[in-house]
Amino acid sequence: MAAVAESARSMPNNNDLFETALRLGDSALILGQQLAGWNARGPTVELDIALQNQALDLVGQARLFLDFAGRIEGQGRDEDRLAYFRNADEFRNCLLVEQPNGDFAQTVLRQFFFSAYARALYAGMAAGSETDLAEIAAKAEREMAYHVRHTGEWVVRLGDGTEESHNRMEKALVALWPFVHELFMADEIDLRMISAGVLPPFDDVKADWLGSIQAVLERATLTVPEDDWMPSGGRAGRHGEGLSYIVSEMQSVARCDPEAQW
Amino acid sequence: MTEKTVWPLFEVFIRSRQGLSHVHAGSLHAADAKMALENARDVFTRRGEGSSIWVVPSQTITASAPENKGELYDPADSKIYRHPTFYDVPDDVEFI
Repeated sequence: MAAVAESARSMPNNNDLFETALRLGDSALILGQQLAGWNARGPTVELDIALQNQALDLVGQARLFLDFAGRIEGQGRDEDRLAYFRNADEFRNCLLVEQPNGDFAQTVLRQFFFSAYARALYAGMAAGSETDLAEIAAKAEREMAYHVRHTGEWVVRLGDGTEESHNRMEKALVALWPFVHELFMADEIDLRMISAGVLPPFDDVKADWLGSIQAVLERATLTVPEDDWMPSGGRAGRHGEGLSYIVSEMQSVARCDPEAQW
Repeated sequence: MTEKTVWPLFEVFIRSRQGLSHVHAGSLHAADAKMALENARDVFTRRGEGSSIWVVPSQTITASAPENKGELYDPADSKIYRHPTFYDVPDDVEFI
């Protein structure tokens, strides 16, 4: 897709910006919440800390995106209101991040797929036309670049490790591959954001993502599966059952005392 | 389930700023040096402590034996003339 010339750019409308910020924020938030489930359960203390560092990076990114969404919406909802007082069907995260933690292989591969996608997306956004989102993306891109490196090394170690670790990684690959396609399916909102220069063309993001993925999977002696089932709809609010459990656990404390300040 | 293997131990040295020396920060377990660097980044530089990390396999460090402490270090205690403060500096000497 050719880059859109400056003069041909349309102005983004607020509702599109709100939806886009929710999609970005919710994906980061849900993945961060999922990783938090590994807290004190990591394979080693060093990895336990590493996973929680990544969880905290993601929650930090989610706060920035949701804070931006709240300001754009102008209805007085702040980041906490958006994170803790929406129901699962109001979440706009991609389906990939709501897939179960599974074993360590599945968690690591999910993290690798998402980080490589987010890094490519944020890199494009950082040069984008919406200043606030570009700033958030620039900060987040550096964090995601480290996540890509860290989880990529683990994909290689496990894939090219023992027979057992290879089999587990292969199983994770088959389980997660269907959910990567949604990341690159642009709907009407995305297309308007792309033509306004807020988001980069998804074809470019996919090419960048595929580049990182293929190099690592090859070193990991894993083969990219055939494209088959391609579920989508998470970014429009159509989720699997699993998300409602993740969301209700995440929100349980805040909903006990909605007026609490922290 | 096979017997659990324990990853080797690495010592971590961190330089907090340009111009300073690497200082021992602690130790951690890792399967190889590359993983040790990643782990060190995650465990020891979470609050902006580092600008450079060294990891060294603990087993490659040769340490002095505690029981030799007396003969190694005590003789230096009585040699106060090895400290610069032992010497009077004449008033006329500048730039010292």
